[in-house]
Amino acid sequence: MSDIKKFMFVNRKAPHGTVYALESLEVVLITAAFDQDVSLVFMDDGVYQLKKGQQTKGIETKNFSPAYRALEGYDIEKLYVDKESMEARGLSEEDLLVDVTVLSRTEMGELMEQQDAVLSY
Amino acid sequence: MLHIINKSPLTNTSLESCLSVAQGGEILLIEDAVYAATSGNAFESKILEAMKRFKVYVLQPDLEARGLADRAIAGILPVDYGGFVDLAANNQNCQSWL
Repeated sequence: MSDIKKFMFVNRKAPHGTVYALESLEVVLITAAFDQDVSLVFMDDGVYQLKKGQQTKGIETKNFSPAYRALEGYDIEKLYVDKESMEARGLSEEDLLVDVTVLSRTEMGELMEQQDAVLSY
Repeated sequence: MLHIINKSPLTNTSLESCLSVAQGGEILLIEDAVYAATSGNAFESKILEAMKRFKVYVLQPDLEARGLADRAIAGILPVDYGGFVDLAANNQNCQSWL
């Protein structure tokens, strides 16, 4: 198909405190259903969305974090994490639910320039 | 006075403002503010400094929801919802730094 576009979703909010992370995830899955080229970026507090071991029983909300593991099944395999954001939060790749590509700010900027559409959450 | 914070210290200034204005008392970190209670966070040194002037509490269910129950800074006191109520009831005044 010739009308495949490059969509980038930029996730900068922590999960649970606001609905942004869950909303982003839902739009990502919709976009994937239309066979588009999808990239996900996690930076600033958005990195926390991928933290392993989230247990939401105590706050009585849906734990949507396992869904990040399911993205692969929807052919969404381009997950990028900002190195600076991850390190400022005391996190490493081993703390994350999924395999990601860790990028510098410069590399992230270059990737953004290549997109047809950038959606920010 | 009980100071209640619910925003991440790395994307919002509410905790920083609280620490620079409040004279002392108790601080309860809830919702996205629980990230301030985790070791390795860039805000850690400021929280450690604040612990000399304030009693700092963290809402445990919010920490667990974010997968960080094992990263709480030593000396920050975990509370559950019952503990939250006790803190509110035992202080003459509460301020939510929204």
